[in-house]
Amino acid sequence: MSLVLDMALCALILGVGLATVAGHGVFRAVIFFITYGLLLAIGWARLGAYDVALAEAAISAGLTGVLLLAAHGRLRRLRAAEEAPLRPNLPAALVATGIALALGWAWFALPDPTAPDLTAALPQSGVGNPVTAVLLNFRAWDTLLEAIILLAALIGLWMLARDRAWDNPLGLRYHARAGGVMASFGRVLPPIGLIFGIYLVWAGAEMTGGAFQGGTVLAAVCLVSIMADVLPAPRIAQPAWRLALVFGPGVFLLSGVAGAVFAQGFLALPPELAKPAIVTIEAALTLSIAVTLVLLVIGPPDEGGQDA
Amino acid sequence: MNLTVFALTGAALVGLGVYGLIARVHMLRRIMAFNLIGSGLFLFFGAAGARGVGLDPIPQALIITGIVVALSASALAVGLVVALARSSGTACLPDEAGDT
Amino acid sequence: MADIATYVLTGLGLVFFIAGTVGLIRFPDQFSRLHALTKGDNLGLGFIALGVAFQTETWAQVAMLLLIWGLALLAAGTVSQLVARAAVSESQKP
Repeated sequence: MSLVLDMALCALILGVGLATVAGHGVFRAVIFFITYGLLLAIGWARLGAYDVALAEAAISAGLTGVLLLAAHGRLRRLRAAEEAPLRPNLPAALVATGIALALGWAWFALPDPTAPDLTAALPQSGVGNPVTAVLLNFRAWDTLLEAIILLAALIGLWMLARDRAWDNPLGLRYHARAGGVMASFGRVLPPIGLIFGIYLVWAGAEMTGGAFQGGTVLAAVCLVSIMADVLPAPRIAQPAWRLALVFGPGVFLLSGVAGAVFAQGFLALPPELAKPAIVTIEAALTLSIAVTLVLLVIGPPDEGGQDA
Repeated sequence: MNLTVFALTGAALVGLGVYGLIARVHMLRRIMAFNLIGSGLFLFFGAAGARGVGLDPIPQALIITGIVVALSASALAVGLVVALARSSGTACLPDEAGDT
Repeated sequence: MADIATYVLTGLGLVFFIAGTVGLIRFPDQFSRLHALTKGDNLGLGFIALGVAFQTETWAQVAMLLLIWGLALLAAGTVSQLVARAAVSESQKP
């Protein structure tokens, strides 16, 4: 029974993926891509990877969806959203089939798993959720560098802004009617979203959740507030936004240096201090992840009349 | 058996993504195709990490990292596509816009 | 007993989802499509949440299901309003 369910789910995922690649129209492809992310999140839940399922739904479907929709809007204003219909491309089909077949063959040729057993080391990490333990303790290097990658991507994105647009508000301009549906939505949702985002970070130490999932929810709250005109659109030069960007990586780096001075090495956490240290780093990191994701999704400053 | 279904789906998604990346000329389509390749690989990797006793948290943590990095790369790519469209009026690469 | 209630209620929810989807595909213009989609899916999700509620162990889980349904209602209502307004302004443009 569960096999039938999984096969139906995978067939749906593949069908929606195919519609993303081969369907007519860029806008329709974007909508199918969002659906694809949500279906994939159900797939991750079927695999038992609930942390990944949350991240997939929030980031791949939610934020990437907003990003692509906004991009389509900008391209339509620039009259560049049209495309030529798909023409069959035999070499591409051959290459793609070859890669897929090679991967399928690799699955059956995989050696038996010899993963290290983390259950013995988990009490040392200070948290009960093994994924959080890996992200912030055992492989903290990855997470630190990831936070810096986010920052680098944002700087790269801002470099695309032109000089005369540098001081403009970031992103597209949204017109929410005062007292309209969007404005009231922007007032009702943020309190609930704030509680939920913070809960996800706090619960992430012991259960499903964590800094990335919670940060994404907070980013979504912030985006809704900006679109509903409840929050003014950020500008590049505002110091508060810049401070929030570097706060998380800064705290993370400082704790890493503290580990090098007082404990076994850079980013090492002594077991008795691990839980408070992880919660502190996660809180700081969540703020920075949320702000970075918001600024990445709304993109460089709008050039106003130049676009139209 | 269930894991094999997910892994083969991941492999097929990678194939789909590669085809879209080569055959479609609109750059927004290519960003989506690139994301298909990434998520197909994640699915393959996640299924491989679920084969042992219990679920291995290390692949999960790496996949979450990967999802976030994929978003930041997509955001940068979208910015580049919009800049391309602003300067050239089309969201396709110059040498491909002609043969569409 | 609880299992039977779950089967009946989730089955009923699925019927509403199917009806909403058929409406989305078959109805002629955007407004009746939106109407079919939001009405059918909100009711369907409500019945499914109610059916799943019979399988919960604590009241907190029931409250979470209720919260999920409430949030989905809020989002669906808002989005359908926005889509409808976009459709109106689109139809007035040319």
